[in-house]
Amino acid sequence: MFKYIVKRILLAVVTIWAVATLTFFLMNLVPGGPFLSEKAISPQAQAALEAKYGLDKPMSQRYVNYMTGALHGDFGDSLKQRGRTVMSIISMKFPVSARVGGISVLVALILGIPLGSIAALKRGKPADSVISVIATCGIAVPSFVICTLLMYFFGVKLGLLPTMGLESAKHYVMPVIALSFYPTAYIMRLMRSSMLDVLGQDYMRTAKAKGLAGGKILFKHALRNAILPVVTYVGPMLAYTITGSFVVEKIFVIPGLGGEFIKAINGRDYTLIMGTTIFLATLVIVMNVVVDIIYKLVDPRIKLK
Amino acid sequence: MFAGLRELRRSGAIRDIRNMIERYDTTMKENPLSFQLKLKPEDFLPATEEEKQSQVIMRESVSFWKDGMRRLRRNKVAMVSLVVIIVVMIFSFIVPSFYPYTYKEQIKGANSLAPMEYSAEEQARIDAGEKVFPHVFGTDKMGRDYAIRVMMGSRISLLVGLVATCIILIIGSAYGSIAAFFGGWVDLVMMRIVDIIYTIPDILLIVLLSMSFKAPLNNLATKPGFHWLSVVGENLISIFVVFALLYWVGMARMVRSQVLMLKESEYVTAARALGVGNGRIIKKHLLTNCIGTLIVTTTLQIPSSIFTESFLSFLGLGVAVPLPSLGSLASDALNGINTYPYLLFIPALLISLIILSFNLLGDGLRDAFDPKLKN
Amino acid sequence: MGEYLVDVKNERLSFFTPAGEVKALNDVSIRLKEGEVLGIVGESGSGKSVTAYSLMGLTAHPGKLLGGELHFNGHQVETMSEKEIRKIRGNEISIIFQDPMTSLNPVYTIGNQITEVIRLHTDKTKQQAKERARELLELVGINEPEKRLKQYPHELSGGMRQRVMIAIALACEPKLLIADEPTTALDVTIQAQILELMMELKDKLGMAIIMITHDLGVVASMCERIAVMYAGRIIEYGTTDDIFYHPKHEYTKGLIRSIPRLDTKEHERLVPIEGTPVDMLNPPAGCPFAPRCDAAMQICLREMPPVTTFGDVHYTQCWLNQKEEMEKGASHE
Repeated sequence: MFKYIVKRILLAVVTIWAVATLTFFLMNLVPGGPFLSEKAISPQAQAALEAKYGLDKPMSQRYVNYMTGALHGDFGDSLKQRGRTVMSIISMKFPVSARVGGISVLVALILGIPLGSIAALKRGKPADSVISVIATCGIAVPSFVICTLLMYFFGVKLGLLPTMGLESAKHYVMPVIALSFYPTAYIMRLMRSSMLDVLGQDYMRTAKAKGLAGGKILFKHALRNAILPVVTYVGPMLAYTITGSFVVEKIFVIPGLGGEFIKAINGRDYTLIMGTTIFLATLVIVMNVVVDIIYKLVDPRIKLK
Repeated sequence: MFAGLRELRRSGAIRDIRNMIERYDTTMKENPLSFQLKLKPEDFLPATEEEKQSQVIMRESVSFWKDGMRRLRRNKVAMVSLVVIIVVMIFSFIVPSFYPYTYKEQIKGANSLAPMEYSAEEQARIDAGEKVFPHVFGTDKMGRDYAIRVMMGSRISLLVGLVATCIILIIGSAYGSIAAFFGGWVDLVMMRIVDIIYTIPDILLIVLLSMSFKAPLNNLATKPGFHWLSVVGENLISIFVVFALLYWVGMARMVRSQVLMLKESEYVTAARALGVGNGRIIKKHLLTNCIGTLIVTTTLQIPSSIFTESFLSFLGLGVAVPLPSLGSLASDALNGINTYPYLLFIPALLISLIILSFNLLGDGLRDAFDPKLKN
Repeated sequence: MGEYLVDVKNERLSFFTPAGEVKALNDVSIRLKEGEVLGIVGESGSGKSVTAYSLMGLTAHPGKLLGGELHFNGHQVETMSEKEIRKIRGNEISIIFQDPMTSLNPVYTIGNQITEVIRLHTDKTKQQAKERARELLELVGINEPEKRLKQYPHELSGGMRQRVMIAIALACEPKLLIADEPTTALDVTIQAQILELMMELKDKLGMAIIMITHDLGVVASMCERIAVMYAGRIIEYGTTDDIFYHPKHEYTKGLIRSIPRLDTKEHERLVPIEGTPVDMLNPPAGCPFAPRCDAAMQICLREMPPVTTFGDVHYTQCWLNQKEEMEKGASHE
């Protein structure tokens, strides 16, 4: 177990390093550097800017500098938001995204697990068909479609919910629905098939033969086993929630990191793009490791290996 | 048969059996549980082999493909999805070539028309007795016919989905089978690389890659011999590159596990032991066992590629203007959502329909060809 | 009725699958006294497990009991509610399954799974239940019971797991133990150990056993009565001596011919039963075994044979036996 954790963490560190390096070199691939777009700039000013951001130094030097800085949480200054460091932007915007994302993950789990289980238990009955159709559609509809549909009907047409910002609880409703739609559908499908699998297992027959009541069999023997695959999905779900936030935050004008990232892309704020990419990638990779370790803890079968 | 009967009669056996039946009838009366039967002496003649076999209704044995196709055809949802996909394909690849408008053409005075509406000039021509093809979905704010733009948009989306999937299929299956074939440390190193790529949040890297590839590809397109690049569009190329770099890992993992499983499976060992050659083993066992899974994974990869492309286009990182994709059409329409909601709904619903159809077809294929993967 | 622990009369049970009705049991009758061992022998799909499971009210989903009476220990099982049956299950009647590798829940400890059934059917405290579980593990011959209680199923070998399954089954000292091919999934050496253990425990606890198997060797050494099943019918029933020394039904004869024996002469060959088992969705009109029977007659193809009895216990369902009996009767006149 200990060996596994160490191996897992080492792999994660390598992955994070690979992402950071890739990000650095990709951003430096852009010809002419990040100030190309601003045309009316004197050569002196250009040189001064480059010196300020260390762009006059050779690539290898800049790489080492950047990586050492990144290691200390210093991703440099934002190119477009003068006087602010990338880290300060991230630390200001990320909590907003984390709150919306966290609520969405919870909603997905709270809705997905029971609904998927119900579908499996009522296999072939109308309840199963309804849930399966919703789940299938949920997976097929891109988040921007859901966002825009929600916005049009509940925001514009019916005027029930606010379409912008994040001031009150009401503001959370649409972004959370949009962001949790796909994971909820996915968990429903996952839970349904895993529950069906468990229901067909021999130990369920044993539980029945012991004389246990239906509820006890379901909650003690079935759920604990059926939920394991869902645990493995939590990692990918976090990654989805982060990328999903790009679209959702853009559409609902939420002051989060996702929206900031899109703004940075459109405004070619290279340091911010790099910093955000490395930050989010690290977050996802670390969460994956945590989820993997938790999984090994919940599933006793793998403990010894 | 008759000869046998005559033989029996002559031997007196028939008489014995008659006596027997009488006795049997009396026992029957004593035993109310038994049912009344009219027994004839012939009943106790031996049955022939053919007669016995006629009692056994054998289910016909069918080949893997036939069986799969039969199951697929019986799956209504999958068949409807297939029809939807074919119809969408006809509209995106064939109809545009004889459609009276093009996706670039800006019709003067026809800005932001509602579906089936005509511009003043067109109305005048109609009044003059001329025939004008209607704008089925209206026009966008630059006066371009929206129906043809949607068709071109789905053409791009489908193209991205299909080409990207081909790239993924080739790279993924080559990588996976090489890793599985060589095994040992080669496999170990190759799979670690896969593990690393797998945990990288792909969308982040796609965003980065499509940004940084744009300029170099633009440069390349100006050089002789590379003009085709600008025809296809730099963004489209960078999307393909991204898929080629990142998205094959799932496929590689799947192919590797399939090949490994086959390598160690007992029937392959058995076939080897029987002296079956490598070629035949590959053809008979590898293809029939692996292709099912491969087809299913490939089919399910197409919607996920389309999904990603529409996402990128929606964020403005996809295909370049004036080329439309369903994602960029939806993105463009977002600003006018209050006045022209249909400009948003049409591409949005179409992209959902395409992804849904491919997903359902993939599910159907899985049920038909790969019962192992079920559930 | 009181003299039998188990008395199943004319049980009929069908599975209603999408492809059609599968008549899994046709007029199956079984009787068993306290402390007796009955063996049910047959190919897979012959209905041996279904018979036993239905006695516990454990018929799987598309299955439906269509007729017959199932008496067990003074209960009439087919009329009981699910809640009432639950009180019997694991308590008065318990079961051991074929595959010990998958029959234990992988995410709970052995101790948890044994105490669960004890606490369900008795009012023992947690501590008492744990003590009882330890006793049970000792009873089924598991060493270091204290340590095993804390282990997970995957940490035990197949034979050990089957012992744990037996411990769970015996936890509440049942009147009847159903053993559904308890040794099929185990190594040969372990098989013998498990069977020995079961016989030992039977003598110690005085329970009746229904032994379901396709291995005639197992029944020969353990059972007093044997029921041979084919395509959802008991085609021959008798004492172990009847079945092994005076088999009447062609199928039973075939089964016995197919057992390897130590005294088989070198040039003698084992005789397999030719043909394939019945397609239960499309059973033949007459005797289900007729298509594979060497001695099949015209009537066999058309009509199901009635019961032919030989003495108190022994009976078959075969036209050939019926004919012979009739001839015997005729010659006596």
